[in-house]
Amino acid sequence: MSVSPLALAARSPRRTLLYALPVIAVLLVLPWVADQYSTILLAYGLVMAIAALGFNLLLVYTGLLSFGHSAYFGVGAYAVAMMVKYLKVSSMELFVVGAIVASAAVSALFGFVCVRYTRIFFSILTLALSQVLWSLAFKFFWITGGTDGLRVPTPSLLGVTPGGDKIAFLARGYYYYVLVLFLACAAVMWVIVNSPFGKALQAIRDNETRASFVGVQIWRCRWVAFVVSGVFTGLAGALWVPLNGLTTPDILHWQFSGEIVFMTVLGGFRTFAGPIVGAVVFNYLKTYAVGYTVYWQLLLGVILVTLVLSLPTGIVGMVERLTERVRRRRATAS
Amino acid sequence: MSLLVTQGLTKQFGELRAVDRVDFTVRPAEVLALIGSNGAGKTTLVNLISGLFPPDAGTIHFLGVDVTAQTVHDRIKAGIARSFQLVNLFDQLSALDNVALSIFSRGDKTRKLFALAASDRAVWEEGFEILKTFGLEAKAGVLAGGLSQGERKLLDVAVAYALRPKLLFLDEPTSGVSTREKAPIMDTVTSIVRSEGISAAIIEHDMDVVFRYSDRIVVMHQGAILADGSPEEIRSNATVTATLIGTATGA
Amino acid sequence: MDFLLIHLLNSLLFASVLFLTAGGLSLIYGVMRIVNLAHGNLYAFGAYVTAWAIGGVLAGAPTPLLYLLLPAGAVAAALLGAALEPTLLRPFYKRAEEYQLLVTFGLLMILEDLMRLLWGPYPLSASALWENSGSVTISGNPYPNYNLVVIAIGLVAAVFLWAFVYKTKFGVVLRATSQDMRMASALGIDVNRVYVQAFTLGCFMAGLGGAMIVPRDSAVLGMGVDALVLAFIVVVIGGLGSLEGALAGALIVGVVRELGITFFAEIELAVLYLIAVLVLLARPAGLFGRP
Repeated sequence: MSVSPLALAARSPRRTLLYALPVIAVLLVLPWVADQYSTILLAYGLVMAIAALGFNLLLVYTGLLSFGHSAYFGVGAYAVAMMVKYLKVSSMELFVVGAIVASAAVSALFGFVCVRYTRIFFSILTLALSQVLWSLAFKFFWITGGTDGLRVPTPSLLGVTPGGDKIAFLARGYYYYVLVLFLACAAVMWVIVNSPFGKALQAIRDNETRASFVGVQIWRCRWVAFVVSGVFTGLAGALWVPLNGLTTPDILHWQFSGEIVFMTVLGGFRTFAGPIVGAVVFNYLKTYAVGYTVYWQLLLGVILVTLVLSLPTGIVGMVERLTERVRRRRATAS
Repeated sequence: MSLLVTQGLTKQFGELRAVDRVDFTVRPAEVLALIGSNGAGKTTLVNLISGLFPPDAGTIHFLGVDVTAQTVHDRIKAGIARSFQLVNLFDQLSALDNVALSIFSRGDKTRKLFALAASDRAVWEEGFEILKTFGLEAKAGVLAGGLSQGERKLLDVAVAYALRPKLLFLDEPTSGVSTREKAPIMDTVTSIVRSEGISAAIIEHDMDVVFRYSDRIVVMHQGAILADGSPEEIRSNATVTATLIGTATGA
Repeated sequence: MDFLLIHLLNSLLFASVLFLTAGGLSLIYGVMRIVNLAHGNLYAFGAYVTAWAIGGVLAGAPTPLLYLLLPAGAVAAALLGAALEPTLLRPFYKRAEEYQLLVTFGLLMILEDLMRLLWGPYPLSASALWENSGSVTISGNPYPNYNLVVIAIGLVAAVFLWAFVYKTKFGVVLRATSQDMRMASALGIDVNRVYVQAFTLGCFMAGLGGAMIVPRDSAVLGMGVDALVLAFIVVVIGGLGSLEGALAGALIVGVVRELGITFFAEIELAVLYLIAVLVLLARPAGLFGRP
């Protein structure tokens, strides 16, 4: 039996595109079919999907559970708000660049400390550092607006200042803006996890000692992964602000980090698409839960516990298992 | 010129002096067996030379360069690779991935974030060739965690070998496998090492294996080197026989 | 000098409550290797139950009776813990650490809202006990007696706990299990039972912490998360899994908080977290932890 080494090497981009294309088509058409409200919710979901993708680079590919990703999301969002308040910037492109620079700087600093630890110590350290930022944003209200937060008006996209209805702007122009950035982020992340660097991360996750004895520089690789993860999350924060119109310390609080963890688990963190699906679904879920009952936390908590107890592979894992079963049944039938 | 020279290498763990002023050399293109009872300091010596932890005293020179203070990464770059006694693999990666990682790392390609690993044809072909040399080509796509113990031992050596070292330390490459599997593993490993002209230092407990495959034997006892010589010399060395009988022969 | 005394007493007051909360968290981690993110909610639960008993059900009863009701919250939290461990946590011991964190995070969300459901969104007060206890005069300023009671309870709890862990047979079993769960199991120790006992004890401590503070501070939503965050700092400084560490950490955090409230209110939490980060950098396992 002859095996082609290339066939074994990894999944080809072509096969992934085969799955991705119909989804992209749906995402493109949706604003013309769905109402504005649902479209904006989807935009929220896509923004959170970028954050979840970044988070999952650490969780599944590096084996590090961060409970402090709110820090980078918040830094991205506050970077935008500060640019508005102090620099009178209104261009979304500049916001994106500013948020990337700010979140890269903060995650480089925090990551430098955190990647020296693993397991629970990593989780607690990331949580602690994010809480430092939260308490600063909370207490230095003359800079950050405190609990009132900072307002962010609708930005200009590619130099075009939107006129008229804000809702319409968010549901059309801004939605597509978010969609393009989301697709770019997903593509970049897909390349990263399938790169030699991605392989090295997985090797570190599986066996740190051995990885160092094949010449992989453990801390360096983890640190780079940490910064990439932070930048993705920071970018998500920047895209989130115009949707929300306001940034408050809530997005720096560790419970927000918990939500990022939640959505990743919901979608299924063992797969590349899991966090994306999880983020979009979580966003709808939370919105409806909040609208349906004041006890939405209770509802989400029950869902999370049930999920972890009985469905640890998440939505994507479940769908994969179901399609596999159907396929097998068909194979035996024919 | 010797490939590797240690001088006065010492490592203390609490009260125990695991390695005690060891002067150890490896010559180019030789298969060397490192023997001694459990706790004699063999694995600690290998750990010191490969850089798992630093020595308390002494120096390590490799190809004339002082590597005592170098990182693991730098020592691998210089040409020192090792395998592990308890198999140490990336269990959730395929056999081919395991070997490929060494090749990527060797070429400093693990720093590449924005290139698909799959499209680096040369790496996968080389990896597949290496698996073939070790007789593992049929298992290329199998996750390392799903291989048999014998296959895992071989893959462990293959991962170290894929770094293309000049000196390969193998920590008990046949431990934990059946007697029947030992000879094929040693045949494979030593023939690869000899044909490439690289040196191998093998920690081994099975005396039949030691005498059959090695050019030179270094005997350690209580952290120090007790004897150093050809298999014949060691076999006829009364001190060695007295120290080893009853300890290593049974292992 | 008297000015210092008041600060010292306030520090000890914080430290007492922190020690109970963080000590429970640490005890649970030490034995079961689980970090319970819902631990703060058990503290809040203890506070709510006591406030409900003292401020609601038996309001107006004589002060000594109210004091007897104080431990109600601790007992309630212990019962809740005893019910939670076998049902929710036990299925996760063999699974990856991430799942344990996730399930306790889910529990945090559930308990947070359950308390809102049970006791409503408004603060629940038990201040009668605090008011009835009177005050002493320190350098011309009144200092509430109740604060002294809390400090005393914290002290007694620490001594009891120490005796419990180091002087009783159960303590030996507890420490053996935390050293090596498999070995303990091989020696015939019923690990499941030890786990449920340790978890119950940890929850009891958290509940007692909440119950003690509620006559002074009243029970509010979100107090659980605040307590958890502080307990984290304490155990990170002291060392996760170590009771001595929890005591040392609680004293350090108590002092810094008291200083913080007076001198640097804006960055109090940031300072606390920075201390925690510095400790983690210098000694990853904390001051008293084993790696």
